[in-house]
Amino acid sequence: MDFLRPASWEEALAAKAEHPTAVPIAGGTDVMVEINFDHRRPEYLMDLNRIGELSEWQVGPDAVRLGASVPYSAVMEHLRAELPGLALASHTVASPQIRNRGGVGGNLGTASPAGDAHPALLAAGAEVEAASVRGTRMIPIDDFYTGVKRNALAPDELIRAVHIKKADGPQQYSKVGTRNAMVIAVCAFGLALHPETRTVRTGIGSAAPTPVRAREAEEFLNAALEEGGFWESGKIITPSVAKQFAQLAAGACNPIDDVRGTAAYRRHAVGIMARRTLGWTWEQYRGAGRTLEGAA
Amino acid sequence: MRVNFTVNGRKQEADDVWEGESLLYVLRERMGLPGSKNACEQGECGSCTVRLDGVPVCSCLVAAGQAEGREVVTVEGLADYARHRDDAHPGTGCAAGTCGTSLDAAQRWQARPTDGQSAEAAELSPVQQAFIDAGAVQCGFCTPGLLVAADELLETQPSPSDQDIREALSGNLCRCTGYEKILDAVRLAAARQEETVR
Amino acid sequence: MALHPRAASVPAGTPTKITQGSQTRGGIGESTLRPDGTLKVTGEFAYSSDMWHEDMLWGHTLRSTVAHAEIRSIDIGEALATPGVYAVLTYDDLPAEMKNYGLEIQDTPVLAHGKVRHHGEPVALVAADHPETARRAAAKIRIDYAELPLVTDEESATAPDAILVHEGRTDHHIGHVPHPNIVHRQPIVRGDADAAAARADVIVTGDYVFGMQDQAFLGPESGLAVPSEDGGVELYVATQWLHSDLRQIAPVLGLPEDKVRMTLSGVGGAFGGREDLSMQIHACLLALRTGKPVKMVYNRFESFFGHVHRHPAKLHYEHGATKDGKLTHMKCRIVLDGGAYASASPAVVGNASSLAVGPYVVEDVDIEAIALYSNNPPCGAMRGFGAVQACFAYEAQMDKLAAALDMDPVELRQLNAMEQGTLLPTGQPVDSPAPVAELLRRVKARPLPPEQQWLSADAEGSSVDVRALPGGLSNTTHGEGVVRGVGYAVGLKNVGFSEGFDDYSTARVRMEVINGEPVATVHTAMAEVGQGGVTVHAQIARTELGVNQVTIHPADTQVGSAGSTSASRQTYVTGGAVKNSCEAVREQVLEIGRRKFGTYHPAWATAELLLEGGKVVTDGGEVLAPLADVLEGEAVDVELEWRHRPTEAFDLRTGQGNGHVQYSFAAHRAVVEVDTELGLVKVIELACAQDVGKALNPLSVVGQIQGGTTQGLGVAVMEEIIVDPKTAKVRNPSFTDYLIPTILDTPTIPVDVLELADDHAPYGLRGIGEAPTLSSTPAVLAAIRNATGLELNRTPVRPEHITGT
Repeated sequence: MDFLRPASWEEALAAKAEHPTAVPIAGGTDVMVEINFDHRRPEYLMDLNRIGELSEWQVGPDAVRLGASVPYSAVMEHLRAELPGLALASHTVASPQIRNRGGVGGNLGTASPAGDAHPALLAAGAEVEAASVRGTRMIPIDDFYTGVKRNALAPDELIRAVHIKKADGPQQYSKVGTRNAMVIAVCAFGLALHPETRTVRTGIGSAAPTPVRAREAEEFLNAALEEGGFWESGKIITPSVAKQFAQLAAGACNPIDDVRGTAAYRRHAVGIMARRTLGWTWEQYRGAGRTLEGAA
Repeated sequence: MRVNFTVNGRKQEADDVWEGESLLYVLRERMGLPGSKNACEQGECGSCTVRLDGVPVCSCLVAAGQAEGREVVTVEGLADYARHRDDAHPGTGCAAGTCGTSLDAAQRWQARPTDGQSAEAAELSPVQQAFIDAGAVQCGFCTPGLLVAADELLETQPSPSDQDIREALSGNLCRCTGYEKILDAVRLAAARQEETVR
Repeated sequence: MALHPRAASVPAGTPTKITQGSQTRGGIGESTLRPDGTLKVTGEFAYSSDMWHEDMLWGHTLRSTVAHAEIRSIDIGEALATPGVYAVLTYDDLPAEMKNYGLEIQDTPVLAHGKVRHHGEPVALVAADHPETARRAAAKIRIDYAELPLVTDEESATAPDAILVHEGRTDHHIGHVPHPNIVHRQPIVRGDADAAAARADVIVTGDYVFGMQDQAFLGPESGLAVPSEDGGVELYVATQWLHSDLRQIAPVLGLPEDKVRMTLSGVGGAFGGREDLSMQIHACLLALRTGKPVKMVYNRFESFFGHVHRHPAKLHYEHGATKDGKLTHMKCRIVLDGGAYASASPAVVGNASSLAVGPYVVEDVDIEAIALYSNNPPCGAMRGFGAVQACFAYEAQMDKLAAALDMDPVELRQLNAMEQGTLLPTGQPVDSPAPVAELLRRVKARPLPPEQQWLSADAEGSSVDVRALPGGLSNTTHGEGVVRGVGYAVGLKNVGFSEGFDDYSTARVRMEVINGEPVATVHTAMAEVGQGGVTVHAQIARTELGVNQVTIHPADTQVGSAGSTSASRQTYVTGGAVKNSCEAVREQVLEIGRRKFGTYHPAWATAELLLEGGKVVTDGGEVLAPLADVLEGEAVDVELEWRHRPTEAFDLRTGQGNGHVQYSFAAHRAVVEVDTELGLVKVIELACAQDVGKALNPLSVVGQIQGGTTQGLGVAVMEEIIVDPKTAKVRNPSFTDYLIPTILDTPTIPVDVLELADDHAPYGLRGIGEAPTLSSTPAVLAAIRNATGLELNRTPVRPEHITGT
């Protein structure tokens, strides 16, 4: 095994071009587990910690450009207003120690369906800034996840940043685990209201081979909210609408049975979380929501 | 490969490090600092928690090479670290902007030399003393990681609520105590800290 | 027997009175601090995984990837040729005639011989200059497995064509078991359960399942073996019983016991998981083969294969009662899965059967418990073994019975509660206080925690703290679907080794003058695993010898056996041994005093003499001489064995016999909040009341109770080793998927300590470590049932069970 220590982004891209099998390591919270447990012996480990810009973020007019290595704890602390869904998701990641090291770039690179950030990114709307010596491209988050632990990156590409749309309305995030902290998702659900476009976006984690959006549920809800004039009136969403939305969200799942939970439970739980997160965001939208302590 | 970093205020160098080694392994097996514990090596238990440039992390998930040039504080250096912090911010009253140990301060900090013989020479930090007094130590394997995490909590949040303590320590598993006495210990350390301020 | 709820009655028994040493600071009854506390908080305490030696090698174990297979061939050539590798060992390299080990039955191969019987069984060993070198070399060992049919449950174990997990058994249980795939069977029959059933107005039955729990101690299996010049080996290791290890290690190494010198290293928790050997023999073999020190440290993945687990169990119960709630009879059948090797299975069967009725008076019982051999992971000792599984079932039954009778569940328990003098189903009378009804009364009398603690209101409106809700930080509910439930349970655990085992301990106590101060040194082989035995030994020595300074000698095999740190027995048995040796030392000290100073004061001959505050005093308080003067130039040194009352084996057909030494009782009240839509549980409070006889160190006592309670909580709602029934492979050997409670899962655990002396025990104390683990689990289950109205006959409860998905 070789340890590569690029001092700059350009050096990192050059190294990745030269050694496409090189495994980038930033927070180490995925890679080191695989090495410690002898699940992986990469030919090259490439440390990205030396590249300061990866731990920085810029808040633009429409989006936040979040460096790939910005730790979850920084998202929780500094970007709650701009990225409320991701901040809530960040707060569910493992433990304080892990949140101090891990970042969204790693979640995207690993592309595990159970990654905590994915549903929030899908719901908010985001683009992944992927770069190689050949140049930089923006990959829409909807096109990023291509299979179980597979993503749209080319072998010579690295994730430099994620551009996440700034919240234009309330966002929520829920995750089911069988412990009250430090737990991998049995399944997760993110929901963002976008009042500017009068749309709702969702993200489902750990209930399909990849993170997915509940598109039918979104389309149904968008239509129902539009037709009922809910956006203007801010009235309470009809229970039957919420129920149908939840059912469609559950239907968007394609889960498996594993040691963490059954497929049937995952589908059921996603439906419950869809209904609840819709309720919470809508209450916030109406200006009647309770504040949250302990959540990000 | 060779790795250089500062541990508890002293420059350290490790040679012939295998590239897949963790910071935890290098501390324990190459630097004679086995205080950070190897309970799970997958970031699930917090027993190996150290401060890396002031930030609590699981040292089992830091590749040794990533520690190059960094400042590491382990449980072995915690008492000195706490003493230095008290000198820098007497009473830890923590007005806005003065909480925590800055990277700059962390880098200026030096451990006192010890002869390695006299255990009683090690004066304890308030959190360490509170863990003993409150009965928060049984087998003690989780203790080093908990101490580093709890010390950082009280550095940034001098009067945490019970829920704050629980959240801050939720990454540290303990199998012996049922956590009650650990909560007691952190409450005790916080209370003693407040008395010092008064 | 008269029917009366004993809720208000005063329990029998009185607190222990101490005279000797009552004036000495730091004696028994005080919450003195741990002598190893400072080392443990500074990181200097040397655990077994912290050992290091110049020039040492790293050992690595290659384990089977299949559960049951013939080994057709093993090719170690490539591994051995790897640079940096010093040795590769297989079964063929074992040096002695003896190639197996085991706690009671020597059925466990040191390295697999022609066959593997469970997933993760050790097959080969590698020693190399770096752990990674050893791992890579082990990966080059080629093993040709021919898989065999699997035994995974009672049905497959006892089917007519069942393959035998162990052929040609010659152990002492084979004569009375109905099938060679059954390790041990213990029936207990008393009265006439069928006839009594005819008198019952209400009969409830239930089938219960208890999942496989792991001890999940945090300090991994590890140690250092150093070859010595005389051809022997020194072993630094974490274990629960040095001498039991030694008895198993030496024969396999082909060495006499005095050439295997064992020293206890720091032990990072045990909970039963270190009663069996793990890396001990392997490290010694590699060290003796290479002539170099060898360190072995399991990682968490390997640790799940490196020790036995708690027996998973299937339990069928039937209880009957008259309409006023008096139990008529109980029948049960308990099937424990012992996995591939016997380990502690026979003792687990003994406990499960003899304690199957719990702390209740039932005259007519028909009990059967068996442990299977299977190709599942080996199971053995874990905190409360046998009794834990039974308690889960009989407490569920008591709630079911209360519901059928339309009675309050606590009242039903109190009505049938055992008390001093009650006969166990084994015919043995309970001859010490048994405050079962009182413990229940105490937990029930506590005020309930406030409702909806997640809500707080201020001027700006109300706010929700998700950390106080089911799901916690995962933000799954803000109160929706959350229902509160309350549940009770009480349990009965035996203390010490039962069934005729010669359960003794040894203590060497030395008293001398150092720098003008009298100092006592206590040397035992007791494994300090975190429980605080070392604290208590120092307290006993202070009380019995009236000194302040006590040195606790490291535990090793240079002193006689202390027995195991298990079965809640160490404070009783090794504490008793320390007390006994201290008393002998005290007598000798007084003898020296009489010899030296007897002529100066008549009280030396006439008064009752005590050692207090470093002096010899009369019981009237008159000082006769400082100990420093008495002991000047003379040290007193005593090593004695000490035994508790003998016990008997249970009759193999009827289960009758005085099998137990002492009992431990605890009761819990659990308050839970359940998100009934998502099936997530938050335990809000888990109150415990326990009779400890005498709290030698109240702080440690409460710590033990809280820790035991939390392990019971874990197996109620999250902890389970999941074994694939099709392959018998472990599916979750990691802390990512084997979850133990975090501080956010653990509620406040108020503890109410009773001290009713057991006159048979030193200071009247009771073993305390296990009882809280028994009643915690069924109390949580009862509370979840109370919240949801569901039957929930298996533990742990998963969200699927609550949501019906």
